[in-house]
Amino acid sequence: MNENASNDNIRYPRTVFIRRHSIITRFTHWLNVLCLSFLLLSGLQIFNAHPELYWGQYGADGDPAFLTIGADDAGDKPQGFVRIAGLKSPTTGVLGVSNVDGEPTKRAFPEWITIPSFQDLAVGRRWHFFFAWLFVINGLLYLGFSLVSGHLRRDLAPKTEELSPRHLGQEVLDHARLRFPKGEKARHYNSLQKLTYLAVIVVLLPLMVLTGLTMSPGVDAAVPVLVEIFGGRQTARTIHFITASGLVLFVVVHVAMVILSGTWNNIRSMITGRYAIREEGPNA
Amino acid sequence: MSTFLTRRRFLIGSTLGASALMLSGCDILGQNTDVEEVLHSAEQLTMKAQRALQGRGALAREFDEKDISPSFRVNGTSAPDSDEYAQLLENKFETWRLKVDGLVERPRDFSLADLKNLPARTQITRHDCVEGWSAIGKWTGVPLANLLQVVGLKPTARYVVLHCADELEQTLDGSGRYYESIDLIDAMHPQTILAYGMNDKDLSVGHGAPLRLRVERQLGYKQAKYIMRIELVDSFAGLWGGNGGFWEDRGYEWYAGI
Repeated sequence: MNENASNDNIRYPRTVFIRRHSIITRFTHWLNVLCLSFLLLSGLQIFNAHPELYWGQYGADGDPAFLTIGADDAGDKPQGFVRIAGLKSPTTGVLGVSNVDGEPTKRAFPEWITIPSFQDLAVGRRWHFFFAWLFVINGLLYLGFSLVSGHLRRDLAPKTEELSPRHLGQEVLDHARLRFPKGEKARHYNSLQKLTYLAVIVVLLPLMVLTGLTMSPGVDAAVPVLVEIFGGRQTARTIHFITASGLVLFVVVHVAMVILSGTWNNIRSMITGRYAIREEGPNA
Repeated sequence: MSTFLTRRRFLIGSTLGASALMLSGCDILGQNTDVEEVLHSAEQLTMKAQRALQGRGALAREFDEKDISPSFRVNGTSAPDSDEYAQLLENKFETWRLKVDGLVERPRDFSLADLKNLPARTQITRHDCVEGWSAIGKWTGVPLANLLQVVGLKPTARYVVLHCADELEQTLDGSGRYYESIDLIDAMHPQTILAYGMNDKDLSVGHGAPLRLRVERQLGYKQAKYIMRIELVDSFAGLWGGNGGFWEDRGYEWYAGI
């Protein structure tokens, strides 16, 4: 692996390191992890204060709900349930009713997944809005940098040929078989990665911010068009919840892919920027 | 394969362990006063940003009759539990007087008839509870700005404090008494009214009879019910918990624009 050796002397296969992620991408990625973790867990605390979702401008106890996490008093023990669009399923132990100090207690999300663990809307809101600000500032830093540096255009925007059904179909098959790009192809994101990251960066995350802001009576007075776009404060609240669920799903798949396609190599590339690629050589 | 399994077990184990640590850590951190202060700083940022976006005049959206919620949830106190209030209710608030004092030029009392003789405003607006639900209702009342004009503000007046008849928490020292405060920007806003009517009827007991505040660019807990006295102050630091309201003294934001 002598750097000065001529091409003839390089022994293949060999491992080369490339610079995968810029310092801004790495920094904002981890700050984003921190922010989204706090936002999700404090968000569930806030949800617990009124565990029902509605469509439209208004919605409260008497109005038809799209989603309810609740508890029925059947006999001496309360039974937790989730009801979505009229379909009800029992969820005792996790949703609706879960243990607090060993006692089955009525609460939508259980104490091990909310910040704070005990029921306290005021404290949950403090955590949520603090990290909401940090998240927005961090997001703007990332977007500004990515636009100016060309990261979005160069690394994330898919090329036309990558969007052909045949190409995409092949990539879906490869992913399903856990065959990940190697060598030269591993230098860049594949098109499924590009499309997913773009969806998260320009659709899901901005949607979280905008639906969050739409729930604010102060922002609604200043920017009335927000409520118009989403069709009501309660619709915005419901979309906020659904989009957050989408982000959780993304994180689950993302982390699984990180683990399956080379855990330490991937994590290292997001910490130090260095990413190892195995080169099979010109004749391979 | 075996290293992979250990690695996976390690990853799962450490993630679960870390999140449990993080969660209980947050409970402790959230109660630490320094951390509390840092988290609290977001409120100032929110208020400044919203006020800058709004300017003074931006109006909350007003709806049509057909948008009114079929049922409007009664929240907080559903009926103040005191002999004084029971008596007022019995005589249909004939003897109720709104006392306006503090840093005003001409302190005085207003009867319900006095208030109804002042120019009124009617608005159909959305009420947003801090818990997350919303209800739309039609409110009729006196713009607070008009009332403040009648009594005249002293130059040092900065906040309007609303003292209420309801005790949301029964305490010996009276600190469970509901109160709220807003600054003069919100007090002078055209949609800030002292409402005596709701959905074309007199305000019901559940919704704050005889008089409640509507400050439409903020959340529900700012909309004080059962108002007995309006006091103009230069600071609310000396009142009860010192945070400017019943819920504010229990950890909620004074600026409830989000």
